[in-house]
Amino acid sequence: MRTCKEISQLVSESMDRRLPFLQRIEVRIHLMMCKVCARYRRQVLLLREAFRRYAARVEETELPSAAALPPDARDRIKRALNESQK
Amino acid sequence: MLSPEAWVDQYGDYLFRYALLRVRNSTIASDLVQETFLAGLRSMKDFSGRSSERTWLIAILKHKIVDHYREINRGRSAREDISPNDSCESAFTETGEWKVIPAEWDLDPAKAFEQKEFWEVFHHCLSGLPGRLADAFSLRELEGLSTDEVCRILGVTATNLAVMFYRARMKLRSCLETHWFAQKPRGNS
Repeated sequence: MRTCKEISQLVSESMDRRLPFLQRIEVRIHLMMCKVCARYRRQVLLLREAFRRYAARVEETELPSAAALPPDARDRIKRALNESQK
Repeated sequence: MLSPEAWVDQYGDYLFRYALLRVRNSTIASDLVQETFLAGLRSMKDFSGRSSERTWLIAILKHKIVDHYREINRGRSAREDISPNDSCESAFTETGEWKVIPAEWDLDPAKAFEQKEFWEVFHHCLSGLPGRLADAFSLRELEGLSTDEVCRILGVTATNLAVMFYRARMKLRSCLETHWFAQKPRGNS
């Protein structure tokens, strides 16, 4: 029998690669019997979704954490572009 | 086609945010943006116009970011990232049972996505990840690279990488729980 700790590791691994058949079965059976691990799995799947949405937000919008290209860097880049065109 | 100067004004912020989210350092991010524009200028004749200009620039930036990861991680040891120290181990008893039981996240999680405060918490939790974990995790989750690709870029074994992903997920999960889901329910603000 696998422990919850091992199952939580396998759940994470299963998000990055296809587990071997037997491990998949072990995880599935454990998750049917263990509410807490099943909950853990739902939560880490939600994390994946949240991270992607977070990135989209940071890129597109004006979140407080969303930054702008600093003015000095902007000037430097423009100069570099002009230089390289000469 | 825009002039290079207008380019910087139009796409600079977007590219910068894209890079900053992934490299977490303002100086490095603006250097990568500069390299991207320069490379864009050099290869402008290859730009087919099939994709939008922004998409094309982002594709260049992605390569620059991966090159950057590859460079900073060359020759670094992964040991610091997988030392058996932290919250993941202490989440379980010695016999592998949950010690800190994940709480039921009783708000409809999708509702959290609509709230600005949730994203501030998410930002906070993400910033708490150690650098290399964050590198690995964003290559996997944001760039969608396979485990093999991330291993090659960061120079770590698949076993170590699996541990790093696991750590990142455990840390993020528990941080979000502490700072958001375990808080009192809030209305839509």
